[in-house]
Amino acid sequence: MSTEKDDRDRGDALVRIRDVHFSRGSRSILEGVDIDIPRGKVTTIMGPSGCGKTTLLKLIGGQLHPHSGTVLVDGEDVNAVDLDGLYRLRKRMGMLFQSGALFTHLSVFENVAFPLREHTELPESMIRTLVLMKLQAVGLRGARDLMPAELSGGMGRRVALARAIALDPMMIMYDEPFTGQDPITVGVIMQLIRMLNDSLGLTSIIVSHDVQEVCAISDQLYMISDGKVVEQGSPQQMRESESEWVRQFMHATPDGPVPFHYPAEQYSVDMFEAEN
Amino acid sequence: MLTWFQSLGRSGLSFFERLGRATIFLIEILAGLPSLFLHFRLLVKELYSVGVLSMAIIVISGLTVGMVLGLQMYNTLADFGTEESLGPVVALSLVRELGPVLTALLFAGRAGSALTAEIGLMKATDQLSGMEMMAVDPVKRVVLPRYIAGVISMPLLAALFSMVGILGSYFVGVGLLGVDDGAFWSQMQDKVDLTSDVLNGVVKSFVFGVVSAWIAVYEGYDAVPTTEGVSRATTRTVVHTAFAVLGLDFVLTALMFGDV
Repeated sequence: MSTEKDDRDRGDALVRIRDVHFSRGSRSILEGVDIDIPRGKVTTIMGPSGCGKTTLLKLIGGQLHPHSGTVLVDGEDVNAVDLDGLYRLRKRMGMLFQSGALFTHLSVFENVAFPLREHTELPESMIRTLVLMKLQAVGLRGARDLMPAELSGGMGRRVALARAIALDPMMIMYDEPFTGQDPITVGVIMQLIRMLNDSLGLTSIIVSHDVQEVCAISDQLYMISDGKVVEQGSPQQMRESESEWVRQFMHATPDGPVPFHYPAEQYSVDMFEAEN
Repeated sequence: MLTWFQSLGRSGLSFFERLGRATIFLIEILAGLPSLFLHFRLLVKELYSVGVLSMAIIVISGLTVGMVLGLQMYNTLADFGTEESLGPVVALSLVRELGPVLTALLFAGRAGSALTAEIGLMKATDQLSGMEMMAVDPVKRVVLPRYIAGVISMPLLAALFSMVGILGSYFVGVGLLGVDDGAFWSQMQDKVDLTSDVLNGVVKSFVFGVVSAWIAVYEGYDAVPTTEGVSRATTRTVVHTAFAVLGLDFVLTALMFGDV
């Protein structure tokens, strides 16, 4: 039975993840994760590669189902709703994939127009206006006639971002938005994430391991390791964290709780055996 | 020996597991049929890329097969002094067997592999996931039009193959080897039955269309989303389609033309 405090908390958190367990085959990815994503804020989930960050986004989007635990998005249990309910919910979410996921056979304009054509009955003139507005927001109105193959990696992500905001969603999920980008593009994407979040009243969830970038634009950070949340707080709180694990991650030291060496037999034993 | 039996059992289980998943996938595709009316333009576009763009290879192959068939059959028939029967012999071979079977094999190489690669690459580059996250069902939007285009195209392409093949044998038989023009066509008209020959050939090519397009879209959708995974899936499409078409051809031939 929910208490008054729970209801109030639910009002503040757009996404509420409770005691989520998820595994692939025999490999456990998430082991009892609790995360609250507050409305209107930029929240980042950090952690090393393969720790289950992207899995978390897929759980929020209902593309994967947890083995136990709940994922509530705007008060609706993602795993309890039927397919129509899930699709209704997804129309209010935007997702920026690491690869951009642009449709390679469609132009930039048609990529951004795609969700509008699929989900609305708007006349062509209105679609044109909306698409150009979204492209203007990401600075690529002039690139509307280009094909995805003609875009640089950074431009592709900006077009994907324009497509993600086409239906004016309540939140956007960013999967590794800075990976493999040059410093100028990283700066542009950082600015866009913050600006779109504040000007459109969005809620943003970023999955990343680029410490400096996410600290500069995030309101709240979660750090995941070994399938669990090991620390959470503002960027300042994370920098001052006493946790050895967080310190190693935030300061990028090569050895610590995450060892430099992959588990192996003792060096001397290994070398000695090799000689025989 | 035990290991051999174990691996045989494992392969058998894996085959039936894949067949089961592919069947569920086919049901999912067919359940989306009503939505095709909303995306009719997509179907037309796919009919163009799957059907129209396959016409060149079908016409060229049909023509050469027909010409070779005309030449080979003429030599055999001439030994018995029945070279006027060239028309019906070639027509029956093409309409009953070679048209549907060779078209299906060519389809697997030209259009089936392209379908698998296209869908597999869309999966590998997150385009299908992206579509799902935009609340658009990729099975209805991407797979269904391609599958139906394959099913519709196959009988039409097989008919084209047979027609061009007959023309090829006509050029060789009548044009080069001197078979009587009137006998070629009138004997063909007399011996080839609309229902038992032509219609059965159409049924065969329709079944091949259903199966080969199913294999192509399933392999693409089920591909491991990596470069290697897509390349393996494309190879599997061609190999599995060849096995399925040749196996089914025997079964269908036995049912249609066998006296068993």
